[in-house]
Amino acid sequence: MKAVVSVIGRDSVGIIAKVSAGCAESGANILDISQTVLNEYFTMIMIVDIKALTVPFNDFVDRMSALGRREGLEIHAMHEDIFNSMHRI
Amino acid sequence: MFEMKDILETISMIREEKLDIRTITMGISLYDCQCDDPRRLAVRIYDRVMSRARDLVRTGEEIEKKYGIPIINKRVSVTPIALMAGGLDVDGAVGIAKTLDRAAHELGINFIGGYSALVQKGFTNGSRTLISSIPEALAETERVCSSVNVASTKAGINMDAVAEMGQIVRETAERTKENGSIGCAKLVIFANVPEDNPFMAGAFHGIGEPETVINVGVSGPGVVASAIRRKGACDLTEIAETIKRTAFKITRVGQLVAREASEKLGVPFGIVDLSLAPTPAVGDSVAYILESMGLEKCGCHGTTAALAMLNDAVKKGGVMASSHVGGLSGAFIPVSEDAGMIEAVRCGALNLEKLEAMTAVCSVGLDMIAIPGDTPAEVISGIIADEIAIGVVNFKTTAVRLIPAYGCKVGDTVSFGGLLGEAPVMPVNTCSPAVFIGRGGRIPAPIQSLKN
Repeated sequence: MKAVVSVIGRDSVGIIAKVSAGCAESGANILDISQTVLNEYFTMIMIVDIKALTVPFNDFVDRMSALGRREGLEIHAMHEDIFNSMHRI
Repeated sequence: MFEMKDILETISMIREEKLDIRTITMGISLYDCQCDDPRRLAVRIYDRVMSRARDLVRTGEEIEKKYGIPIINKRVSVTPIALMAGGLDVDGAVGIAKTLDRAAHELGINFIGGYSALVQKGFTNGSRTLISSIPEALAETERVCSSVNVASTKAGINMDAVAEMGQIVRETAERTKENGSIGCAKLVIFANVPEDNPFMAGAFHGIGEPETVINVGVSGPGVVASAIRRKGACDLTEIAETIKRTAFKITRVGQLVAREASEKLGVPFGIVDLSLAPTPAVGDSVAYILESMGLEKCGCHGTTAALAMLNDAVKKGGVMASSHVGGLSGAFIPVSEDAGMIEAVRCGALNLEKLEAMTAVCSVGLDMIAIPGDTPAEVISGIIADEIAIGVVNFKTTAVRLIPAYGCKVGDTVSFGGLLGEAPVMPVNTCSPAVFIGRGGRIPAPIQSLKN
């Protein structure tokens, strides 16, 4: 099972480090990262494996958005099934 | 692995274009709550609703978090109370409404539907009691929704019921005059009512439904409007294709949520309702979709054609995305709940007659329309009769939810707050249909061949 973590916010040093640390804390294994900076805005999409999460998935969602609030970023973790449903027949 | 553009598309649909699941509605059968004693009946209904829907709100919130998509409403619909009201008097029926209201408050749901009667062919004692109790029931409760089916293509139109509903709408407006006649926003008069509709105010748990069922209503006018705008200059074939593709994606999310809710709650999945339901939020408007196709204002000539195409394309895209489709399934055009419709009315582009024409090609009908408070009951009945006739003859659902806003005149605005929005009071044709309405009786069922 996978989840998509999206991160949007003003660019600053160490965003990836902080988000990765947040993932590691909950046992989410990062499979893929793609990121870009456009007009000072940082956008990152991470695909993480959530098989070995140490907390229930919904707590992971809460933790990531709390991290976002602390760091002034918008962080959302979403279960992969919503993307599978929408974009695969 | 996912493609980046797909991920970004989903995220922007939810965050910027206001894609949401409009409602998860649990239908609950009350048949075996039947009881001679009104007090015991109320207790049984309360216990039934509370036990079946106990986990509804929490489950909805869990799913919302898991997929990162807002689920705006969690609601309950019940067996039409008229079927339970045979042995009740008006006070007893109002007592049941209060019971439902209390259950809704305690469950944390914003509406409970099913204070309803089906009288397309005639009245039972229970439906007579229920209908005459509607004004008081809606005045005494906050979250109870009521509906009355007055016609069907197979039965024709019960004009006695149409005449009575004109009065009931007036009376409901008057009894809730302190709050902009809001009672009328919770009262729908139907033709060919669907029995599995998850949307309020017209939801009830139909007689052919299982004990308990989960129905889901999707939304997403903002997503469709943005997709059309992105297409830029293209012909209508391409726009129809774009709407289909978008509706497919929206509905797939509805299906996902419905399946998950059904599994988590241990309740069978009923249907996904493919409606494009607007909200008063800017950008979440069906009128804007029509305007994005190239109409200067919703309501101008061309609007009915644009709406017909939209409605059809939404269904074509949605049907393939869900295993069971039902409910109302089509574009909604409630005036007060749609920022674009409100603007169109204010600038004079959209009037009641055009709205009536539009309802011939889309879902539901004259919905959330404020009219002057002094509109006579027989004029209201006349509006109902016209709209219902469109449904009956065309073998489709139509409905009327009019608010004769007490003390208000044309040009005033009535505000209901929240998802119900605000409505500019619209002019109505004041020539009297009183003699026609006063005749009563039934308009026979229309012929189903020789179609022209």
